[in-house]
Amino acid sequence: MKIGVKILPKNEVLDTQGRTVENTLRAHQREVNQCRVGKYVQLDINESDETKALARAKEIAEFVLYNPLIETYELEVVKR
Amino acid sequence: MKKTVGILRFLGTNCDRDVWQSVEALGLEAQWLWFEDQFRCEDFTAFIVPGGFSYGDYLRCGALAAKAPVMSSLREAAAKGYPVLGICNGFQILTEAGLLPGALVRNESRKFIDKWVELKIANLAGWATALRSGETLRLPVAHGEGRFYVEDDELKRMHDQGQVWMTYVENINGSVEAIAGVSNRSKNVCGMMPHPERAMFSWMGGEDGRSVLNSLLR
Repeated sequence: MKIGVKILPKNEVLDTQGRTVENTLRAHQREVNQCRVGKYVQLDINESDETKALARAKEIAEFVLYNPLIETYELEVVKR
Repeated sequence: MKKTVGILRFLGTNCDRDVWQSVEALGLEAQWLWFEDQFRCEDFTAFIVPGGFSYGDYLRCGALAAKAPVMSSLREAAAKGYPVLGICNGFQILTEAGLLPGALVRNESRKFIDKWVELKIANLAGWATALRSGETLRLPVAHGEGRFYVEDDELKRMHDQGQVWMTYVENINGSVEAIAGVSNRSKNVCGMMPHPERAMFSWMGGEDGRSVLNSLLR
């Protein structure tokens, strides 16, 4: 089962990438309130049970994929 | 018996030879500690985690190196009170390993900063006795992700314990309170973004790095 891990910089942390993209959008008349740039990690886990696969992904995410000091993460089941 | 300094090497470490030569220039012996190695703490007097781009800075700077086998031995050495110094990417690795507080994120300017900077010693590190509080140093920095970040409550705890080791005189990268180097609570593990090994002789442009490394290795 494929589990996606969406990682975003915390709101309190200045997101330099997001800020740069935001500035470029503004320069091209595509202003947004805010733009934040994170990472997406897809894990193919050898597990057919969704609950178990999510638990495994959670353990992996907290082991190394995200840094709780500066980032938040969310899991999603990839349906394709 | 000569004092031996363990120098950690990961895939992508690139300041290792400079650190080795600096250690030798101070009359000490150096030994490589490969990322797959485990070691006996008793065979060493101090440890340095040099700078570079371990694992190509993939995922987050230092995140993957922090999980390498050699780090479990280093963790043990840190717990036993051995002096440990992380320089630049080495500093990032030590924060990712949880041996030092905070995190290092992209510079506020979004630019890679490569220049000489003035630093001020804020608090004494346990072993860095040659550096006195209030003393200023001139050392080179070279980093894209050197902005020290820590949450307010942790920052307060760091101040209470005197863990802010050195600060930039001019805040070059947007670090919280211009912090350039920190230590752990017991003051034996220290990390700094500037490169002392690049300031060992006057022909390098300055020799303030000597006092940093000298005190670590004495």
